[in-house]
Amino acid sequence: MTALSLRGIEKSFSGNPILKGVSLDAGPGEFIALVGPSGCGKSTLLRILAGLESADAGEIMLGDRDLSPMPAADRNIAMVFQSYALYPHLTAAQNIAVPLIMRKLTRAQRLPLIGPLMPSQRKAVAAIKRDVREMAVSLKIDHLLDRKPGQMSGGQRQRVALGRAMVRRPSVFLMDEPLSNLDANLRVHARGEIVELHRRAGVPTLYVTHDQAEALSMADRVAVMIGGSMLQLASPQVIYDDPAHIEVARFIGQPRINLFPSQVGADGTIALGDIRVGLPRETVAAGTSVTIGIRPEFVSVSRSGQQGLPARIGRVEFLGSEIILYCRLDAIGETVVAKLSPAEGAGLAAGMPVRLEFSADQLFVFAEDGRRLPSTPVDAAISLETARG
Amino acid sequence: MADAIAAALPVVRKPARSAAERQEARAALVLSLPAMVLLFVFILLPVAVVILFGFTDYELGYAGFRFVGFDNYTELFTDRTFRRSLWNTTVYTAIVAPISIFMALGLAMLIESENIGRSFFRTAYFLPVASLLVAMATVWQYLFHPTIGPINALLALGGLPGPNWLGASMSVLYSLSIIGIWQSVGFNLVLFLAGLTAIPRELYQAAHVDGARSAFDRCRLVTWPMLGPTTLFVTTISIINAVKVFETVKTLTEGGPNKASEVLLFTIYQEGFVYLKVGYASAMTVVFLAILVVLMFLQYRVQDKQVHYS
Amino acid sequence: MNAQTFTLGRAVRLSVLIFGAAIFLAPYVFMISTAGKAQSDIFSSSLSLIPQHWSYVQNFAKALTRVSMTRLLFNGVAVCALIFVFQVMIAIPCAYAMAKLKFRAARLMMMLVMLGLLVPIHATALPLYVAFDRLAVLNSYFALVAPFTISVFGIFLFLQFFRAIPDDLIHAARLDGMSELGIIGRVIVPNAWPAVTAFAIFSVVAHWNDLYWPLIVVSNQTYATPPLGLLYFRAAEAGDDYGALMAATLIITTPLVAAFLLAQKRFVEGITMTGLKG
Repeated sequence: MTALSLRGIEKSFSGNPILKGVSLDAGPGEFIALVGPSGCGKSTLLRILAGLESADAGEIMLGDRDLSPMPAADRNIAMVFQSYALYPHLTAAQNIAVPLIMRKLTRAQRLPLIGPLMPSQRKAVAAIKRDVREMAVSLKIDHLLDRKPGQMSGGQRQRVALGRAMVRRPSVFLMDEPLSNLDANLRVHARGEIVELHRRAGVPTLYVTHDQAEALSMADRVAVMIGGSMLQLASPQVIYDDPAHIEVARFIGQPRINLFPSQVGADGTIALGDIRVGLPRETVAAGTSVTIGIRPEFVSVSRSGQQGLPARIGRVEFLGSEIILYCRLDAIGETVVAKLSPAEGAGLAAGMPVRLEFSADQLFVFAEDGRRLPSTPVDAAISLETARG
Repeated sequence: MADAIAAALPVVRKPARSAAERQEARAALVLSLPAMVLLFVFILLPVAVVILFGFTDYELGYAGFRFVGFDNYTELFTDRTFRRSLWNTTVYTAIVAPISIFMALGLAMLIESENIGRSFFRTAYFLPVASLLVAMATVWQYLFHPTIGPINALLALGGLPGPNWLGASMSVLYSLSIIGIWQSVGFNLVLFLAGLTAIPRELYQAAHVDGARSAFDRCRLVTWPMLGPTTLFVTTISIINAVKVFETVKTLTEGGPNKASEVLLFTIYQEGFVYLKVGYASAMTVVFLAILVVLMFLQYRVQDKQVHYS
Repeated sequence: MNAQTFTLGRAVRLSVLIFGAAIFLAPYVFMISTAGKAQSDIFSSSLSLIPQHWSYVQNFAKALTRVSMTRLLFNGVAVCALIFVFQVMIAIPCAYAMAKLKFRAARLMMMLVMLGLLVPIHATALPLYVAFDRLAVLNSYFALVAPFTISVFGIFLFLQFFRAIPDDLIHAARLDGMSELGIIGRVIVPNAWPAVTAFAIFSVVAHWNDLYWPLIVVSNQTYATPPLGLLYFRAAEAGDDYGALMAATLIITTPLVAAFLLAQKRFVEGITMTGLKG
């Protein structure tokens, strides 16, 4: 069942395509993170969904309602802005009340001086005040209600912005990098809070970020957007363990995935050091260029032995719980990054010769256009047999 | 002045002051000395002297003068010319300031929401600010001319009787107001445009999302409050500039006809520099200064009540 | 939200703007047109913009001979230039000291500056006139320039601007062995260039247009500034010779208007920044 669905959204600004037919479905209560480098179109997508910009093509469905022709004010979509966009002249309480006032009071009731004279205005205003207070209590900002944004810290402003977005019980929640203006400690803390608030609100949430750690740690599913296209939409585990595209593999993962150019051999396999992986013959012809990717944690390093590729350690980074090695592969002139536990890395220093081994079942193979190719590890002995036969 | 500063300064013995600090303070005094001396000679001292003159019967050309207490001030309030002049200045300000503020605000919002011709419109409305007012007043005199002026010629085309704009005591103040508005809109407009562009676009987007459906709602929620500081500033400046009207009156009407366009500064000029009644004109100047002080004080009060926007 | 979609609203908006601009520019159009009209044209057809008998040459000749226009323009430029140079040379060191140096008189000086901001030349004119009369310096460049050599507003503007310059920059300059004057000349002023240009525009516009003070201290054509000269010209030009009058106004308005049109962006930025005091 889908609560929110985007179909083939396209948008270009003065001839430059920003979104190239993006589609996305979100279930009820699902938290989806839109992640990608800056300029990939993720914020534009959010703005189109909110109704702040119009798409050139495509449709937006909320349940069975088509949102595309509706103005932002009618969509019942709430948004938390990167700068929070709090009204600087209003107190926290007034800021949170704005969406309620705009929706629950008639234009006449909203007028200054005359408004309070309108029938039932008092009751409506009292109800709004109650809602605002409840919201503030649940966000633990009830002591800030009389302050103006200028008198609040970044974290407090962020909570007020969340309160303003949630108070009217929207049917969709949009967040545009809401944590990017907070300092690092607060950011990690706020992640947990937002996830918790989301669970309580139970509405589909689209969360834009350029921080992969935020995306992977908070979302039910992660959508990776690069260059105006959505390359993969899947659970965080799948995005990491099974990237569908070379750009996804490159963008997600810290330190970055190792990528080596290679060519498909005559037997339809690819060799990397001692290991070989086979590709289905029907998809890839012999001689085509491909790229092999392997995550740093699947590179193992040994100081002695004959197995593996000979390399030399260029630099050692000690990060406490892990050690990052930058090794130079002399044979092909590439740098390979390896992630080791402190125990594995003990005694390694720059300049040492080492041997690198790769886990064959953790290799990714990407075609020239970036698509992932299905691959299977081939036992060296068996592949030798096939080569002879 | 130099003595005053020296007296207020390092004589107090404080052992904490290091040689470097003393040197810095000395450098600061040397650097600010010329400005402070001139400030004293050309601003503070003359103001004190004006207040002093206001209590004398000093007339230029006569040898001595007597202190006459508040005689000048009591005379002021029975002086029909001065009262007329205060009233005319008030009327002129009451017309020019509000119209030039709201016109500038409206035009600024129109220009801001329009994507073509922005710089052309800004230039067109700002041109009068950069033009010599005495010269342009002369042009307006021609435009307003009762018989050969284009404005009355235009009115005649529509079958309307043209008034004797600058020549009749009934209409002269309004004609001067038209010139005043024409001259000051561009200045306010430029300030409002700067204020409008400084409003973050995300605030408007937030207003959309929060349900502000109409442009009027968004204006009330975002534009008007965010322009608050600019509006206060523009209002003060507009009022002060209107109170200081002089050039057009001196060039076009000399206060006439029949004192219908006597304004404060023109009266001061006449009394002080034409009739050379320095003492009497000084008392008027003190009233003029008091008006400025009150206006500034009001501005500070309003500003204080306003929020500290982050 | 797209301006293009609301064509009707947009048409209304554009026509209001164009109509307003036409009214604001009308005086200039009539000035240029009338400056080329012969006396008979002016009386017979005031609404036609193209002169029937081209009389630009005669009108301009009249304007140039009755009053020495070159003299006026020269006086205007000289007075404005002198005022600006003195103002900057006096205000910048003072503003620097107040913004960046620690000394006890700073608070008192700040008060005096705020006080000075309130006082226009109209309030100090009487005593200054009396004093200049006693000193027999009326009718001189000195009389025109001296009262404006101190610009409290200039101090205020530069002070605001200098505060934004990081202290580290000044400390670095001191470590490099610069004197305080050297810091002002080589570090502060180059960094405060936007403030200096903004102030230049403000100062020149204000003093080029000022009529009040020149009218008081100058009584002959030798030292007349452009506004004053135009008053003399009007007095000399009895009757309604609007052709010559418009030619004269055209000559006198052109320099500043041309400067504005050439450096519009700077002008607008300068006015926005200085925005205070008219």
